[in-house]
Amino acid sequence: MNRSHALPPRLHDIRRKVEGYARGYGLDFYDTVFEVLSFDEINMVAAYGGFPTRYPHWRFGMEYERLSKGYEYGLSKIYEMVINNDPSYAYLLESNADVDQKLVMAHVFGHVDFFKNNFMFRHTNRKMMDQMANHATRVRRYQDALTDQRRSGVELVEDFIDRCLSLENLVDYQSPYVRRRADPELEDQQRTTVAVGFKTDREYMREFINPPAFLEAQQKKLDEEQSRARKVPEHPERDVLLFLLEHAPLERWEHDILSIMREESYYFAPQGQTKIMNEGWATYWHSKIMTEKALDASELIDYADHHSGTLATQPGQLNPYKLGVELWRDIEDRWNRGRFGKEFEECDNLEARRNWDRRLGQGREKIFEVRRHYNDITFIDAFLTPEFCIDQKLFTFGYAEKRQRWEILEREFRQVKEKLLQMLTNFGQPVIAVENGNHENRGELLLVHRHDGVDLKVDWARDTLRNLQSMWRRPVCLQTRIEGHPVELRFDGKEHGERRV
Amino acid sequence: MSLKIKQDQARFRDIVRGRIKSNLKKYVQKGELIGKQGKDVVTIPIPSIEVPRFRFGEKQQGGVGQGEGEPGDPLSGSDPQEGQGGGKAGEGEGQHLLEVDVSLDELADILGEELALPRIQPKGKDRIVATRFKYTGVAPQGPESLRHFKRTYKQALRRQIASGQYNYLRPVIVPTREDRRYRTWKEVAQPETNAVVIYMMDVSGSMGDEQKEIVRIESFWIDTWLRRHYKGLETRYVVHDAVAREVDRETFFHTRESGGTMISSAYKLCRELVQEKYGSGWNVYPFHFSDGDNWSADDTRLCVEILKNDLLPVVNLFAYGQVESPYGSGQFVKDLREAVGKEENVALSEIPDKDGIYASIQQFLGKGK
Repeated sequence: MNRSHALPPRLHDIRRKVEGYARGYGLDFYDTVFEVLSFDEINMVAAYGGFPTRYPHWRFGMEYERLSKGYEYGLSKIYEMVINNDPSYAYLLESNADVDQKLVMAHVFGHVDFFKNNFMFRHTNRKMMDQMANHATRVRRYQDALTDQRRSGVELVEDFIDRCLSLENLVDYQSPYVRRRADPELEDQQRTTVAVGFKTDREYMREFINPPAFLEAQQKKLDEEQSRARKVPEHPERDVLLFLLEHAPLERWEHDILSIMREESYYFAPQGQTKIMNEGWATYWHSKIMTEKALDASELIDYADHHSGTLATQPGQLNPYKLGVELWRDIEDRWNRGRFGKEFEECDNLEARRNWDRRLGQGREKIFEVRRHYNDITFIDAFLTPEFCIDQKLFTFGYAEKRQRWEILEREFRQVKEKLLQMLTNFGQPVIAVENGNHENRGELLLVHRHDGVDLKVDWARDTLRNLQSMWRRPVCLQTRIEGHPVELRFDGKEHGERRV
Repeated sequence: MSLKIKQDQARFRDIVRGRIKSNLKKYVQKGELIGKQGKDVVTIPIPSIEVPRFRFGEKQQGGVGQGEGEPGDPLSGSDPQEGQGGGKAGEGEGQHLLEVDVSLDELADILGEELALPRIQPKGKDRIVATRFKYTGVAPQGPESLRHFKRTYKQALRRQIASGQYNYLRPVIVPTREDRRYRTWKEVAQPETNAVVIYMMDVSGSMGDEQKEIVRIESFWIDTWLRRHYKGLETRYVVHDAVAREVDRETFFHTRESGGTMISSAYKLCRELVQEKYGSGWNVYPFHFSDGDNWSADDTRLCVEILKNDLLPVVNLFAYGQVESPYGSGQFVKDLREAVGKEENVALSEIPDKDGIYASIQQFLGKGK
């Protein structure tokens, strides 16, 4: 943005101090640019997901309207927004008091340290700020170019973006971290079409080592493999957007916009998959920096007020800031006192467990290690303990059909942990993959939902299929389970169908 | 500074407009807008617009929460009726209701488009003229109160420079009598478009709360539509049972009288109002609502007479809405239809219940009067 947003001297001094404290604790972050924005501007940036420029789309306008209202009603005043970028960008609200600015800065340095060091972010584009601006330019260009046709280009493009967004979560969240596809060249080299059986030098033994029946079976297996190879996709493809990019009959501009949406989806995904850790980490550090270093005595009340505001839990809601920061503190404490490992686990004396202290002092070291190598799932899986669960009063809830209300179900550790993990798995999204691009040999697209106990929201699923169909052009099908029965939902461009399979 | 996002916001508002339009019927019937009316805007709650995705159904999924309570206790703060999703982990992805401010003018336009209402032609456009004053230029003479300071100063500066009196080291400008400039004005004739709505309502015992609610909703939409066409819209309220009296808006909707019904009393009062204050130059809209019960056939005859002789010749539109009630006989609308149904500036409508409001508004305002 322009120069007028540069930090005024007073904030510049605060920033230097806070940055010094943060580095002093061992936080390691990209250079961070703070910009001071007015309400309207900060609402805009917040609506744009932290970026100063995004492609034109109504939902940003909706978010902006909602945020502006929220301010008008005096609901939300503290923003901490920071972009995973090198250098990082973060925003300060012009009219906030110094104590709030300090808090936000300390919090932001925590986030940037996390972005820089956590493995989930390793593949993300650190020049995303520029890339977002590029995306905006590209989308705008299509809007202009398409404008003189039947409909206005703005509507045409926006409509397509709506459909892309509807499929946005159909990406393979693990794919940046694993290799899904075999190297095609290597595969080809190793591929044979005629079964040769086991090797042997002794010609007279061949009949015995590879009897005709065995060879036949081998040949059959090979043929099967080949026919599988002819199937598209060869293996179920979780990255549905990629599949569409590669195989759907899209116009050039559609192809480009879909690829933009996919890129942004992958960019934002790690933030969603480390929400608890990341917010907890930043909260941990802002509270540490503020209470141990940065806070003036006169600012204590305001700080306490705003800090507790971020950690408040609504009844029945899980606040990632709260859960995260408590877990980080718990980990630090456990590794400081040596409350882990075989000896501790096997101790069933409650009293001894509670007072367990080996004076290890490895807490700080441990949390820095954890922030590097974990994401929310592994974080919860490894560090959620029964004691923590009780201390934090965690519970599972569900909908009681009979009484038409949401109820607390369980406080049992295993259930809570299982539910938490289930909610975090695959980013809390249903696992859906492309099974076949030539379903029933009619060029139809078949998706399969790997049902793990929870049904899809069926009306939404139908609407989503409609959007998918508009890209695939041929009918599309989705196999899932509804109320225990396997079903295939189908949309052929005109009508929705449903049949048992 | 204008923000880039204003474009997105404008697009969003377009979409909202479309939503309101397609749900207009619902909004009209429920009357939920009226409570949220500000001076020039209404706040309309619309379900937040969401992009459909493959996602889990909330009710089966449940979640994890934090806080007090025993297993089996209801989650506090989550009303399933409002579908807030009971608090999902992380960000609440539940359904938000979005409140959108829409100006009354915009709302009127939406109503007009959706009901295909013709624009109102103010009557006697040429005849009714009001004069307004408009500043149109600058002249060397005029009253001191209209002196144009800046132009006077410029004139003096120009003269001093031209005559070589101007000293930039000591830039003192002294305007003389000739330098002074004054604003001049012109009289502009503008067609006057004042209008008055006279609401009359039967408040006898047979009109219940539901009937009044219907009248209230209708009057809101009528006001909105007429206000779009006339700058100064006045509203007058008349209640009647056996006698009629003028009241304020608040009383109009909340009075309850018992006793008989003589509609002619209201029409007489209306006639008085029109003759006294809203003579020529006004666009007059009497709207009358009742359950169709009248005291006697004689009184009905009297009503028709007043209408024919005194009201219909001067008003833009006379509208009668008959709200169905369990007690009313519903005879009055039939009598009116017989007597004046063919007149061009009469709109009659029967409103069985709230669902009928939509059609009735169309009948009233569809005349384009």
